[in-house]
Amino acid sequence: MDVDVNTPGAPEAPVYVDQQGRWKHLHNVLSKRGPFTDEDWTPGPETIDALESSKILVIGAGGLGCEILKNLALSGFKDIHVIDMDTIDISNLNRQFLFRHADIGKPKAKVAAAFVQKRVKGVTIAPYVGKIQDKDEDYYMQFKIIICGLDSIEARRWINATLISMVDMENPESLKPLVDGGTEGFKGQARVILPTLSSCIECQLDMHAPRPAVPLCTIATIPRQPQHCIEWAHQIAWQEKRKDDTFDSDDMEHISWVYNAAYERAQQFHIHGVTFQMTQGVVKNIIPAIASTNAVIAASTTSEVLKIATGCNPYLDNYMMYAGEEGVYTYTFEAEKKPDCPVCGNLARKIDVDPNMTLGEFIDSLGERAESQLKKPSMRTEEKTLYQRFPPQLEESTRPHLKLKLSELVEDGQEIAVSDPAYTIDFRFRLNFN
Amino acid sequence: MTDAFPAALTGPTSKERKYDRQLRLWAATGQQALEDSRVLLVNSDGPLGQHNTGVSGVAGVETLKNLVLPGIGGFTIVDPAVVTESDLGVNFFLEEDSLGKSRAEETCRLLKELNPDVQGHYYAKRVEDLLSDPQFLPQHKLVIISGPIRRSTLAPLTQEAKQLGIPVLYLHSVGFFSTFSVQLPAEFPIVETHPDPESTQDLRLLSPWPELVAAAAKLENLETMDDHEHGHVPYLLLLLHFLEQWKHSHQGNAPSNYKEKTEFREFVRSQARTSNPEGGEENFDEAVAAVLKTITPFSLRSSIREIFEMNECQQLTASSQNFWLIASAIKTFHATHGVLPLPGSLPDMKAQSADYVSIQNIYKAKARKDLSEVTATVRQLETQLNRQSAIPDREIEVFCKNAAHIKVVRGREIPQISIDSDASTLNTIRNELNTPDSLIPIFVAMQILDSVVDEIQTSSLEEERSVDDDGLWNSHTERILALLTGADGAAVGPEARAQIARATKELRRAEGGELHNVSSLTGGLVAQEALKVLTRQYGPLDNTCVFDGARSRSQMYRL
Repeated sequence: MDVDVNTPGAPEAPVYVDQQGRWKHLHNVLSKRGPFTDEDWTPGPETIDALESSKILVIGAGGLGCEILKNLALSGFKDIHVIDMDTIDISNLNRQFLFRHADIGKPKAKVAAAFVQKRVKGVTIAPYVGKIQDKDEDYYMQFKIIICGLDSIEARRWINATLISMVDMENPESLKPLVDGGTEGFKGQARVILPTLSSCIECQLDMHAPRPAVPLCTIATIPRQPQHCIEWAHQIAWQEKRKDDTFDSDDMEHISWVYNAAYERAQQFHIHGVTFQMTQGVVKNIIPAIASTNAVIAASTTSEVLKIATGCNPYLDNYMMYAGEEGVYTYTFEAEKKPDCPVCGNLARKIDVDPNMTLGEFIDSLGERAESQLKKPSMRTEEKTLYQRFPPQLEESTRPHLKLKLSELVEDGQEIAVSDPAYTIDFRFRLNFN
Repeated sequence: MTDAFPAALTGPTSKERKYDRQLRLWAATGQQALEDSRVLLVNSDGPLGQHNTGVSGVAGVETLKNLVLPGIGGFTIVDPAVVTESDLGVNFFLEEDSLGKSRAEETCRLLKELNPDVQGHYYAKRVEDLLSDPQFLPQHKLVIISGPIRRSTLAPLTQEAKQLGIPVLYLHSVGFFSTFSVQLPAEFPIVETHPDPESTQDLRLLSPWPELVAAAAKLENLETMDDHEHGHVPYLLLLLHFLEQWKHSHQGNAPSNYKEKTEFREFVRSQARTSNPEGGEENFDEAVAAVLKTITPFSLRSSIREIFEMNECQQLTASSQNFWLIASAIKTFHATHGVLPLPGSLPDMKAQSADYVSIQNIYKAKARKDLSEVTATVRQLETQLNRQSAIPDREIEVFCKNAAHIKVVRGREIPQISIDSDASTLNTIRNELNTPDSLIPIFVAMQILDSVVDEIQTSSLEEERSVDDDGLWNSHTERILALLTGADGAAVGPEARAQIARATKELRRAEGGELHNVSSLTGGLVAQEALKVLTRQYGPLDNTCVFDGARSRSQMYRL
């Protein structure tokens, strides 16, 4: 049989392999064509140089970030930066393998960077302890690829919008591929985003809908579940009894107080099942996390980064979801770029509303709707400001609008611009009365 | 500060805090099972000649990392290799000073640093030398083998594990590809399968028991209730109430087909009050939404019926696993009542607190009653069979809660393309080869690699050949294809052969070496399976997974 499936006419590249060298396995792959590599790809030293000179930014040094840093260092990248604002907590140790008990309380970015730099010879990892929002476009412009291992949708949306706004069609270097990973329990996803060219985080927002919130009246007057009692203790009892203390979900005394208040309320209503663990889970919105899922997702993101940086195989186009509860299930598909994406599209996104709802109700609903997920929106039409949170004078003058019905403020089909302090851009929505 | 509260109300222990994020998945019972487990990693099987130290074992070490972190009891690494320069470029659990030392010892030392609760052991020798001690293998609850490994090592290892009922995971990670298979014991039952909570609701609205009927009968005054009360009647009682009305006008029959159910749904919808300030009622919305899902007679899922009919369930012995005794008792329960024991959980619904709690109590009381009936049958069976120790009550309770979702996996051997391959394995592979976009060619390519390596490792070292030797690859490709096709050469067509050739070419690009990303990903997937097997929770792979890192895809096969 014929085992030679070389592209006809494509000459074998000169072999650039140090047989006994440290990077033998990696260089083998980068120095030979494979059956799936692009015809124009050049194997060998040029590609290896491209890899070693690519500056990579890692956002997040937690469960995914620790794995990502290790994987990048062992993929031959030499210049890596990492941003994380968090410090190490005991509950990180079941998966964030670069941290030890003695590291509790220290900043994640520093400890992780130092560990990998010490373990893997020749790599430099520069940590920054702080928020991604502290950095400007000049900072992000220095990187070749940006890779995210975050648990916050808000931070993902911020970096996504920032990278899209940086794209200058005249300058190909301004387009920074964004590779994003996320996990929950045994599930996760990896995606590759080419800002302005392919589906972005915002286009895919409704694929990651927030959990529906429990109505306030249930929490305040008719609890039925242990979680309702915990929400009451956290949202209502704390405000009443301890309004001078700022609630801190990492303070054991605060959690204990909430637990006790919830427990007492549950007893009053004959509700079973309030536990300390559940209290922490509800109050901190804890998502289950394990080492193995992080390993799968982190490695799929770094594998894509290696492919993008070297061209040694085609990269993910553009989404892989993974579920491990029942065997090993992955689904790889191309998420669509949406023309009405508020960030990368040029059309306003349609949003169905009841014309009889008040502006205040509409504003609250934007926090929960899968397609918006905006917690503190301000908004205006082309002609007038509907509601503006800042400055205080403007807030005061627009506050009366909150009680008005939408039909009294806008027309069916009218476009509004929504801003939110968490994001630098405006979101455009077209209100469709139903 | 926390001293102010009684001990029972203080926070979790430091161990509970460390493992908090995983305890939310497999709970204390799963964690205990992990802590009672020691895992064996056979991470290489000796060098491939003088210039190739053999398997680098990165995927194996990465798998262990993902098991040490969540706190398995212990692990044993068996690996005769000595650390070389190229190991340092791909294995994170080695450092500069490891060069020239035993790889088993070094990886063991650096893995142990991850979790002081875990015991680590190592043997810097081939596993063959350890198997002669009959005490060696039985210390372990799971065996993980990094391939390729010579067949003369693999066969006795997997056979002995099979006899002892120890699960085996056999993995390969080469270049952008990886494959792994699991060999489970012949009977591998799982009770806690963690189905989607949406699919587990069992409200029994069409076969209510007297206490539930009585609760619904209290709605006689529904019409005269004030708006507040009317808007807080739990939807479940609304449905029971309207079902009775429907039956009166339908010869005593409940809605039984889609048309009737949608009619019934419209009837429920029409009973909501819209004259109130909200212009509708949430509890009625919930009732309307629940009609199609809940107005359905109980039916036993075929997978559960199959379990009831399995030999182990029909022919109990004194040494049957607890699972089969309980399954048999539940089968008796089903034969008597036509339903499974009630799980007893209730979804949240719009209701006053006291009303909700009282319905919840009706469901819980019924579940307890069903449980005590099952328990009585179990105890009877235990006496009949002269069992030495009683099955814990808690185990029967968990079983009853999960009865509709239990699972039995029939373990299969590690699949191979060889002379004594299972005919159905070869058949599945041949069929898959004709499926467009199948990843099975990667599995076949790995089999060719196994075959090549086996020849290199078993032939005399005088005529040493490299793992990249064209002659070897050609002859072993032919050999594997011949085994696959049998007498009928046309069984594997030209397109399938071209696919295998492409997979082989990508595989050979790496000359048998590992890429860290792919091995780390594989280590994640394999650890995931190890966790499911050790905790006996969720659904394990049955039985082979192929990952294609070039095209970012994976597939499962039952081979």
